[in-house]
Amino acid sequence: MDNILLKDKVCDLPGYFAAGGYKPLKKALGLKPADIIEEVKKSGLRGRGGAGFPTGLKWSFIPKDAKGPRYLVCNADEGEPGTFKDRELILKNPHALIEGMAIAAYAIGAETGYIYIRGEFAAEGALLEREIFSARAKGFIGANILGSGFNFELHVHRGAGAYICGEETALLDSLEGFKGQPRLKPPFPAVKGLFASPTVINNVETLAAVPAIIAGGGEWYAAIGTPKSTGTKLFCVSGPVNKPGVYELPLGVTFRDLLEQSCGGLKEGKRLKAVIPGGSSTPVLTAEEAWAVKLDYEALATAGSMLGSGGVIVIDEGQCMVKLLQVLARFYHHESCGQCTPCREGCGWIEKILNRLECGRGTRKDIDTLVSIAEGMTGRTICPLADAMAMPVISFVKKFRAEFEAHAAGKYCPPDAPVKR
Amino acid sequence: MAFKLTEEFKARAEKVCAKYPRRDAALIPLLQELQAEAGYVAEEGMDELAAFLGLPYARVKAVVTFYTMFNREPLGKYHLQVCRNISCHMAGAPGLLNRLREKLGIEEGETTRDGMFTLSAVECLGACGAAPVMQVNEEYFEKLDEAKLDALLEDLRHGRRVAGR
Repeated sequence: MDNILLKDKVCDLPGYFAAGGYKPLKKALGLKPADIIEEVKKSGLRGRGGAGFPTGLKWSFIPKDAKGPRYLVCNADEGEPGTFKDRELILKNPHALIEGMAIAAYAIGAETGYIYIRGEFAAEGALLEREIFSARAKGFIGANILGSGFNFELHVHRGAGAYICGEETALLDSLEGFKGQPRLKPPFPAVKGLFASPTVINNVETLAAVPAIIAGGGEWYAAIGTPKSTGTKLFCVSGPVNKPGVYELPLGVTFRDLLEQSCGGLKEGKRLKAVIPGGSSTPVLTAEEAWAVKLDYEALATAGSMLGSGGVIVIDEGQCMVKLLQVLARFYHHESCGQCTPCREGCGWIEKILNRLECGRGTRKDIDTLVSIAEGMTGRTICPLADAMAMPVISFVKKFRAEFEAHAAGKYCPPDAPVKR
Repeated sequence: MAFKLTEEFKARAEKVCAKYPRRDAALIPLLQELQAEAGYVAEEGMDELAAFLGLPYARVKAVVTFYTMFNREPLGKYHLQVCRNISCHMAGAPGLLNRLREKLGIEEGETTRDGMFTLSAVECLGACGAAPVMQVNEEYFEKLDEAKLDALLEDLRHGRRVAGR
C-alpha cells in the first residue's frame, strides 16, 4: 500500500498542493464540526504519542457549550528514547501536520493552535515557521480560511530541554511559561487546559493522519491495519540493524517483517537478544517473544508490552542488560520533575543500585530491592514517568535475571569509562 | 554598567508576547532570545526580563534552572553535546565521549582553556536512527565514529564551516 504520512519526496507547499493537499481542509470546512469528529471516530485513529487514546473521542470531550477560547496544541516534544518519527515527519511532510491542525481546530472550535516542539529541534521549528508562513499566504491558515469564516492562527513554540514536557499537562504548564510539571487530573485538558480553557493536545503523527482520513473517509482508514489498531504507524528502528530509520507500515505488521524486510535484518554477525518495542519506557521483550509478535496496540499488550510511540529499540547479544538499564535509569532520574516523592526518590534509588551492580559492588538482595522500588512507584504518582521507569526495571530483571545475578556475584562487565562522581 | 534590555529587544519581545493571551507565556521564548544574543542567561538578564514581563524574579529563576538548555554561564564557542542514551550508547557513544575527553583534556561540563569547546553528555536527542549523534550548538551531527569526530574537531578548530546531518 502507499504511504499516507511519509512520501518518497520531501513535500513543500507547491508539492503538497499538487498532490491534492489542502483539498481535505476545503472539504472539512464544508462539513459540520460534529461530522468531522464522527469521521475521525469511525477511522479508529488512536493517539500516536504513546497512550493510544482514541482521537475522535478525545476531541468530543470539549464541552459543546463552553464559552471563551479553545485551544489546539500539537505535541512535538519528541523525547522518548528510541523515538524519532515526528522529526522525520516534520522535515518531510510538514503540511500534513499544518493541514491536520487546521481541520482539527475547526472540528473542536479552536481559533488558536500551538506546535510545542522540543528545543533541540531548532531547524525543524524554523522549517515549520516558514511553512506556516507559506500556508498563511495561501489562505490555509489565518483569518477567514478559504472564505469559510473560520479563523485559525498557528504558532510554533520551542521547548527548552525537559523530557517531562512530553506529558501533556506538563507541556501546558511549559507553554504557559512555567516549569514543566504535570498537573493533577481532573480537571482534564478538554475542560480546563491551556490558559484554563478547553484544550485538545495531539501528537504530530496523529494530526498528520487527519487530512487523509477526511479525504478517504473514516471507513477507508479503518480498513488499514487490524480491526482495533487501524491505519498506518511510523515505526522508528534503532540499534544494530542494516537500515535503521523510520518506516510507515500498517499496524499489525510483524516485528519480523519490520526487521527483515524494511530494515534489512541485523548487522552481520549480530544475534537478537531483546527488543524494546515502543520507546524506552515500554517493557522489554526477549528475542523469542519479539520474533513472534505483531506490532499493534492489542498484540503488544497481550505480549506484556506496549506499542507506545513506535520506537523499536533492537538489542543484540553483545549488549549487557544491566548496563542498558543503568543508562535508562540515569535518564529517568535526570528527567523526573521532582514533584512526586515515589518518582523523585525512586528513580534516584534505582540509578544508585544499578550503578552499584554494574561495577560489581551489588548484592543479590539489591536485585529484589530494584523490583520492590519499581513496584512501589507504579501508579502512585501524578503522571506516568514513574511507571516509565518501573516498566523497564521490572521487565529487564524478570527476563534477564541471570545477568543481574552474575553482576551481583562479581562477574561484572568492565565499565565503559571511569565513573566520575 | 548595569545590563538593560535594548529597545530593539523590547520591540521584538512585544511581538512574541502577542502570540499568547498572557504575557508571561512568552517567558521561555524570551529567555531563548536572550541566550541567543549572549550565549547564556545572566542574572541581570533574568532581573530585567522579570521586570519586563511583570513577574517575580523567583519565577524566572525557577524556569531557567528547570530546563537543561538554559546556560547560566558562558560556554565555549562550540558546545559539543554527545547523546548518551540507549541507542547512541549501543552505537558507541561512550567511546566518543572518552575520545573527546582525551583530545580536549576536559571532563563533561567543562570548557577548554582557549574557550573553543564545552563538552556535555546529554539525554536522547531524538535522532536514534542515526546513532551515535552529537549536537554542536544547534546543529546535529549524525552516524558519528572516531574518524568523523576527529575530522569535525579539526574543522571547528580551524574555523571551517561545517554542515550537520
